[in-house]
Amino acid sequence: MTVGTGNREPGTGAASRELPASSPSSPFSVPRSRVVGKTILYLTLFLGAVLALAPILWMISASLMPTGEASTYPPRVLPSRVTFEHYEALFTRLNLGRYLFNSALVASVVTLFSLAINSMAGYAFAKLRFRGRDRLFQLLSAGLVLPVQVAMLPLFLLMKQLGLINSYWGIIIPGLASIFGIFLIRQYAQSIPDDMLDAARIDGASELRIYRSVVLPGIVPILATLAIWTFLATWNDFMWPLIVLSDESHYTLPVALANLVGEHVQDTELMMASSVLTTLPVLLVFLFLQRYYIQGVMAGSVKG
Amino acid sequence: MRFPSEASGAAWFFLAPALLLIGVFFFLPVAASLLLSVTDFDIYAVASSENTRFVGLENYARLLRTPLFWSSLQNTFYFALVGGPLTIAVSLGAALLLDAKLVRWKSFFRTIYFTPFVTTLVAVAIVWRYLYHTRYGLLNYGLEALGVPPVDWLGDPRWAMPSIILMAVWKNFGYNMLIFIAGLQSIPDELYDAANVDGAGPVRQFFNVTLPMLRPTLLFVGVITMIGYFQLFAEPYVMTQGGPLRSTTSVVLLMYEEGFRWWRMGFAAAIAFVLFLVILGFTLVQFRIQRER
Repeated sequence: MTVGTGNREPGTGAASRELPASSPSSPFSVPRSRVVGKTILYLTLFLGAVLALAPILWMISASLMPTGEASTYPPRVLPSRVTFEHYEALFTRLNLGRYLFNSALVASVVTLFSLAINSMAGYAFAKLRFRGRDRLFQLLSAGLVLPVQVAMLPLFLLMKQLGLINSYWGIIIPGLASIFGIFLIRQYAQSIPDDMLDAARIDGASELRIYRSVVLPGIVPILATLAIWTFLATWNDFMWPLIVLSDESHYTLPVALANLVGEHVQDTELMMASSVLTTLPVLLVFLFLQRYYIQGVMAGSVKG
Repeated sequence: MRFPSEASGAAWFFLAPALLLIGVFFFLPVAASLLLSVTDFDIYAVASSENTRFVGLENYARLLRTPLFWSSLQNTFYFALVGGPLTIAVSLGAALLLDAKLVRWKSFFRTIYFTPFVTTLVAVAIVWRYLYHTRYGLLNYGLEALGVPPVDWLGDPRWAMPSIILMAVWKNFGYNMLIFIAGLQSIPDELYDAANVDGAGPVRQFFNVTLPMLRPTLLFVGVITMIGYFQLFAEPYVMTQGGPLRSTTSVVLLMYEEGFRWWRMGFAAAIAFVLFLVILGFTLVQFRIQRER
């Protein structure tokens, strides 16, 4: 499903039918009720937008305030003068550059490998025939109801046995394959025509080659969606990294941040700068690639 | 399929990495969790697994006698049963607004509404801690302008959970909103045209056309929201540490404390398993309700 550019645009739905359509004769003869309705609609929309963005904007604003200014009464909305001293402190005094690197490394590695692993499995479930395929897929689907926390205690013990506690691999490995990812790919890969695959087989292409040069190019949009989704989820993940990482040098940003707030809770501006540093990278990824992300969320849900 | 044997071998080759990883690092631990919950696995067993005994259902029996477990269950239900429907209602409201024919710049607003969802939970939980500050917080300042006396949001046991719910609604409504928008767009125009001909007003159209047609979407949104909300952890961990007076200690937070702070892993595994049963029960109930209608 294409969003916003679909053939039913501009938007159609219940709310749109609240007001009778005006006659198309002249723009000046718009009924008053419609003008009022439109005004209320836009006011609500703008109010919603302000509420949605206010915490984020205040975080950015407070991170630029001189020390102490975010804890005054009445509260300040904008800094009296813009200062970057807190960001400087993050990279000099608090070593947050290290955690930024850790987060970027872990999220990138997980994203890259999981794309390959999930797309292979999703393609196999969608297009290749083998005994027990549907059964196996049902079994996997059942796993979606299992909360990950149920696995965490034994997983920790397993990781300890493997010597992966307090290492990057301890966070990376459990994220490499995801049932949800396989689902998403399978759904999309089903639309690849069988004839295309068979034609390649007749030409003597190996299965691996078919996957590389027919399947992968055919599922690029969903790969993009899955890549963004995985990157954001891994970057934002908190509980498992908190459990696996005990040594500061491997901390990811969310874990470091939760630790930091214990010591520096009074330094509002410093904490806001750390929060900006933690969340800005994913916000930028989202803003630049939102088309893929939003389409993926909407497409995956409706058919699923 | 023309090449069954060849394709079959290839299929297992493509599946192997994913199945191996999910099997070893997810399904196996889940099964082991059940075993763990009938042992007295504790800090001594972490050192050497020989110090583990089979204790039957003792962990579960102890769980039922632990007041903190019951209050954590109650807090989790509070969060899920109030926060979940509230989030869904706000999502649906936002989706209806954005789907209105009159609205322009749809994708602009959609992006803004979705933005809180992609932020890092730990980071925004900290931001909200300051917004909720009794003296310097923007929220109380705004309320003061309306003549409302200051609220001790995170310090008052009665307000701590509502505060966490409010933040969760803000953070999560955008995701469900997208799914609702997709659901709304898939409702055929003809249904509304027919309702118009019948003289149905906007309210009746909403209840007689929109809601019934959205039922599969509602089920999906309901199930994933509830599953997610029963796993409440990071918000209380960062904002309240489960307090004040344990009023925001969730089941997962309790499991984390028992398992990874006190290393009572057998006991914690029993907590995790109860959580699983609760989530499973709720998912089944939601499917049942949808089918009956």
